Amino acid sequence: MPKTIIEKLWDSHVVSEKEGAPALLYIDLHLVHEVTSPQAFAGLRTRGLKVRRPDLTFATTDHSTPTTPKNLPIIDPIAAAQVKQLETNAAEFGIPLYGFHSDKQGIVHVIGPENGLTQPGMTVVCGDSHTATHGAFGALAFGIGTSEVEMVLATQCLPQRKSKTFEVRVDGTLRPGVAAKDIILALCAKVGIGGGTGSVFEYRGSAISALSMEERMTVCNMSIEAGARAGLVAPDDATFEYLAGRKYSPQGAAWDAAVARWKTLPTDEGATYDQSVTIDASTLEPMITFGTNPGMGMAISGAVPDPANVADPIERESLRKALEYMALTPGKPLAGQPIDVVFVGSCTNSRISDLRAAASVLKGRKVNSQVRMMVVPGSQPIKRQAEAEGLDRIFRDAGAEWREAGCSMCIAMNGDQLTPGQYSVSTSNRNFEGRQGKGGRTFLASPQTAAASAIMGRVTDVRTLLG
Amino acid sequence: MIKFTPFESQIVPMPMDNIDTDQIIPARFLKTISKDGLGDQLFCDWRYDAAGTPKPDFILNQDWAKQCQILVAGDNFGCGSSREHAPWALTQYGFRAVVSTSFADIFKSNALKNSLVPVVVDSATHQKLMALPRDAKVALDLAAQTLTLPDGTAIQFPVDAFSKYLLLEGVDELGYILQQDDAIKAYEAGRASTLNTLAA
Repeated sequence: MPKTIIEKLWDSHVVSEKEGAPALLYIDLHLVHEVTSPQAFAGLRTRGLKVRRPDLTFATTDHSTPTTPKNLPIIDPIAAAQVKQLETNAAEFGIPLYGFHSDKQGIVHVIGPENGLTQPGMTVVCGDSHTATHGAFGALAFGIGTSEVEMVLATQCLPQRKSKTFEVRVDGTLRPGVAAKDIILALCAKVGIGGGTGSVFEYRGSAISALSMEERMTVCNMSIEAGARAGLVAPDDATFEYLAGRKYSPQGAAWDAAVARWKTLPTDEGATYDQSVTIDASTLEPMITFGTNPGMGMAISGAVPDPANVADPIERESLRKALEYMALTPGKPLAGQPIDVVFVGSCTNSRISDLRAAASVLKGRKVNSQVRMMVVPGSQPIKRQAEAEGLDRIFRDAGAEWREAGCSMCIAMNGDQLTPGQYSVSTSNRNFEGRQGKGGRTFLASPQTAAASAIMGRVTDVRTLLG
Repeated sequence: MIKFTPFESQIVPMPMDNIDTDQIIPARFLKTISKDGLGDQLFCDWRYDAAGTPKPDFILNQDWAKQCQILVAGDNFGCGSSREHAPWALTQYGFRAVVSTSFADIFKSNALKNSLVPVVVDSATHQKLMALPRDAKVALDLAAQTLTLPDGTAIQFPVDAFSKYLLLEGVDELGYILQQDDAIKAYEAGRASTLNTLAA
């Protein structure tokens, strides 16, 4: 019987299946960071357990680390203690770590692919909901809670129920000024923030095949914002080309064997999905969110929706409350809305191609005097690469801040945050109330849209700045 | 884990869809290396003003709500992050169940590991619960998988059989996996050439 890639990944990782219990699923790669792991390591100590496969486990610090120069100490004592705890845990349990002072440190979902840790056909977990990023490589990758982190550390396995399969078909060619980020924001707007609950997305179609690996990561990254715990793209030549020669990629004969294996992963002809949705990439515009969840998004030429037009009372109240928080007027366009901060970064959009995209818009221009623009690369190697290409000069000359790698203002745990009432255009993944700082208001958009908005000091359609 | 027993409680209604984990417990409280002390920060930015004073109009700050063990919220409760701090904060406040028309996947999984029962009901039942007078009590029986309304109507709700067993017996899930060591070893032996070990 023909199978989807999702089913192939599942079937090849079932360790055991017992009547009345979930299947025990084997985990090929466990990524660990400082925020969701300390209680799991404490649990191992209490039980006297070891990490079963430190050789399939990898750690970094990213969430609570400052993005100020590395010669400065971590000022927040609670964050410093958390970072120290991960260093202690990694040393004690024998887990490789790209720690705060490593020249390879970076956002967990950036460094996995960057080092070839993430590969097709794998199951990948991390105590972080944006783990779906790794799905770009044809891996079944999903976020887990801290109890599950402890289970995987101890056993390399997780009891899991099979998810439904959900085809996201994107055909057509993106128009100038429209980015991978706009595809995923359009999907979130189309199916809603809970639309993919219980499912794994497979992104396919000509528009997906045409995306670079970094763009695929942007799309897969936000699967959770449409409710799906995982989202993936079947591996192809672009995948193999990206992985060839990376630090932890297979080498020599092992590489050839791996590629042969990976080529069997794509969904079989005639396989069916539990659910499907289609998006025409050729009709997409740059997207922007107006509300307080990523499903509350629209084309940048659109107008803020009016709660009066929503029939369901709870939905109407949710929209009313969102617009009240955002202090936006129903029926008014969002383009032209003054902003205070622009953030380019996060596991969604902090890779070299994202920085290039933002720089290409900023080159020879200035950030508006009313705007603070922060550019936060996803990893130290990306930072060095950008500097080698002179992108940091473009950002600095324009008046933007060029910072050290980390999650930064996406989650606002490290001191990088909005002040109450401020508006930001952000390339991150969540616009929840207070996500970027208590009382802060977030518009999610692509790096291009963020850069254009930084120049103009207001929400701007990047196409108006393209030559 | 403590065995999950039947109980009766008033409910706290929060008629909002998509209550996300950043509202349940804001990220700035995730720098802790402990599981404890999160109950006071539950719904922090809705619950306290800028000076940290409880807002009197927020439902959890009202005296009658402080003993409630059941939260009734709108669709897709717990969407967003994978932080288990969300169910930790809810249970440390005193909640033992959240009732909604649907839950986000990761939140649901995390809740079940912390003796917090996610109860899915249809929208008619949901509306009935939202409309209950403040002093009305609802009974939750996990073994029977019922939520009993003050008028005696018992509403059946679905629970994964395995999770139900773990909760009712107070069995630890990690212990269950550890018992399958032979199967794990056999699986690893079969994958010896395809696991990408990082050992240098």
